[in-house]
Amino acid sequence: MKKLLSLLVATAMTVSLCACGGNDSTGDASGEATTDTAAENEEAAGDEANAGTEAEGDAAQTEGDSASAGNGVMPAIAKEDLKIGVIHITDPAEGSGYTYTHDLGIQGMQKNLGLEDSQIVRKNNVNDTDATAIENAIRECVEDGCNVIFATSWGFMDTCEALADEFPEIIFSHGTGYKSNGVNFNNYFGRIYQARYLAGIAAGLKTESNKLGYVAAMGQDNSEVTGGVNAFAMGAYSVNPDCEVYVKVTNSWFDPEGETQAAQALVDLGCDVIAQHCDTPNPQTVAEQNGVWGVGYNSDMSKDAPGAVLTSVMWDWSVYYTWAVQSVMDGSWTGENYFGGMADGLVTIAPLSDLCAEGTKEAVEEAQNKIVKEGFNVFDGVIETNDGNTVGAEGSTLSDGDITGNMNWYFKNVVVK
Amino acid sequence: MDMLIKFLVAAVGAGTPLLFGTVGEILTEKTGHLNLGVEGMMSIGACVGFMVGYYTDNFFLALLFSAIAGALSALVYAILTVTFMANQNVTGLTLTIFGIGFANFIGIFFLNKSPEGTLKLPEKITAAMRGGAILGLGDIPVIGELLFSYSPFVYIGIAIALFAAWYLNRTKAGLNLKATGENPGAADAAGIKVTGVKYANIILGGAICGIGGVYCSMIINGGVWISNNVGGLGWIAVALVIFANWQPAGAILGSFVFGALRVLKYYIPQSVLPFPTAFYDMLPFLMTALVLVISSMRKSGRINLPAALGQNYFREER
Repeated sequence: MKKLLSLLVATAMTVSLCACGGNDSTGDASGEATTDTAAENEEAAGDEANAGTEAEGDAAQTEGDSASAGNGVMPAIAKEDLKIGVIHITDPAEGSGYTYTHDLGIQGMQKNLGLEDSQIVRKNNVNDTDATAIENAIRECVEDGCNVIFATSWGFMDTCEALADEFPEIIFSHGTGYKSNGVNFNNYFGRIYQARYLAGIAAGLKTESNKLGYVAAMGQDNSEVTGGVNAFAMGAYSVNPDCEVYVKVTNSWFDPEGETQAAQALVDLGCDVIAQHCDTPNPQTVAEQNGVWGVGYNSDMSKDAPGAVLTSVMWDWSVYYTWAVQSVMDGSWTGENYFGGMADGLVTIAPLSDLCAEGTKEAVEEAQNKIVKEGFNVFDGVIETNDGNTVGAEGSTLSDGDITGNMNWYFKNVVVK
Repeated sequence: MDMLIKFLVAAVGAGTPLLFGTVGEILTEKTGHLNLGVEGMMSIGACVGFMVGYYTDNFFLALLFSAIAGALSALVYAILTVTFMANQNVTGLTLTIFGIGFANFIGIFFLNKSPEGTLKLPEKITAAMRGGAILGLGDIPVIGELLFSYSPFVYIGIAIALFAAWYLNRTKAGLNLKATGENPGAADAAGIKVTGVKYANIILGGAICGIGGVYCSMIINGGVWISNNVGGLGWIAVALVIFANWQPAGAILGSFVFGALRVLKYYIPQSVLPFPTAFYDMLPFLMTALVLVISSMRKSGRINLPAALGQNYFREER
């Protein structure tokens, strides 16, 4: 009898634990509401700072739009009929990383186009290795009446492709992958390497030991990461041909301990600027603790390590989201893949901090002008790799396909130790 | 040589959170209760300790509250499994899921209230938690860096492990604890208060895990709050218990060896051993498997696995 009773009570306790979990999510929602306002304020501040570049980008877009207006492959959707679904891999309230920057982009798009809160449906914490969870999240969006769905993580790609066939009237737009069907399923990503080139200039001018560190999430066979390493190394090389870039790979997109250890190992090797392609600000705090400098990623990490961060390589996803939704409203949606860069304002670097070496501002601005106005694409001409080979040809630039899928070599001043 | 010393220093730093988790879990498992909630208890300790540190700027209070938070989360586990006989594995897993969620929720809540958009520990506590050279001893070449350059956590961790070893092997209370884990029925018949022993040690184990958690938020993550900041170390601690053969003194060696294996890939020159980095990620677990095989082959050796581990004790069925 007592056993039965104790079992019952145990069940009750477990259920109450679950209830705690439930509270968690409702609390989260209220937490989110507060982030929204905070983020909006930040967005507003950012908007003012970026006003110049964005205006340029907008002008370019309007030209493009008017040229292609009416040439879209999907019927136009009136603004009040729009409903946007967003599939996030984690929670946007995380504060600095990947999902946070994507959600800032969604909020920016909402503000730019004047959509109502009720026109955005977010599905957070959708595990991108769980096909059932992805499909459920997307189907829930469809049932809610969404006609445009943004899926922000690589692992959502195949499910998006399948559901795009099933729901031909709904537009699926998938971030960071490569697939598309040219009609209602496209892919979007950005030339983040352009921003990393500028960050490399800041690092190359700052270093005293001529050793730069780079904490990379993935190894040489990952084009996205390796392209970033190369662009950073080439930027540093352009101002300081003597410097080398040391790379340490964590083998994980999120590994707080590994990112700390990798950064510490780089400092121990004598690196005095630590750049990163990983999610936590840990490499920057390690740099600060050791009295060296760093370059952050995703958001402006000078808030986490004000004593170390020279600048940060950042995304402004609102540029794409605004453009995409605008084209749906205009009926000019073409279903083509999107690969925006610095000229569009999609990628940028945080304002240079006071820690930067003298002359950094001028050098960075000069390179930025070359990229934005003169069509310099970082991977131009013949490039020497660190195993003695060369890539590319005189007078041409690497194709986008090579940059996103074929970047399996390191620039000549990159050292893997 | 210089790199070797730096490697060893990094290994000790990487092993310290594992040391806390392992010693805490050894005490818990010696009661006969397998608590898979180490990750959750560490997360809760990490969160509460960090927040107390953030708002009081007092290192001692932060440590104290991380231990209390770990103890309270272990108390939930103890109530469920000791008194209400709930399934230990399920309860432990629940505690892990709950603990990580709780820590992230509290973290995001305070993050949203922070005007800078980040939670960074103030200067005084940062200096205290990083410690540094003790009484100038750190200036001695080689030995100074190897022995006296660590954060206070390293010394606290070793002290706790040595204390736990003494407690388990040299005190009557420790003997009672081991008897409870081996055969609670016999221990009960011998007059040991089985329920009391279980509660006390599960809670003590949770408190030690909690301190390990605050190491993650203070040292590994450099005093800046991020979500999921324990990042799976609690699970490695559960494996390390087997590696250490349920002996707290063995946990010291085991956790530093594991720490060394975890940082090895960042310090070994790729030009010397061009293994893929995934190989190094696998090493700690390969070692665990090897140690298990070797220790079970040794004739004199025995595995100190508590005989009643994982079984709830129903007094009525004695």
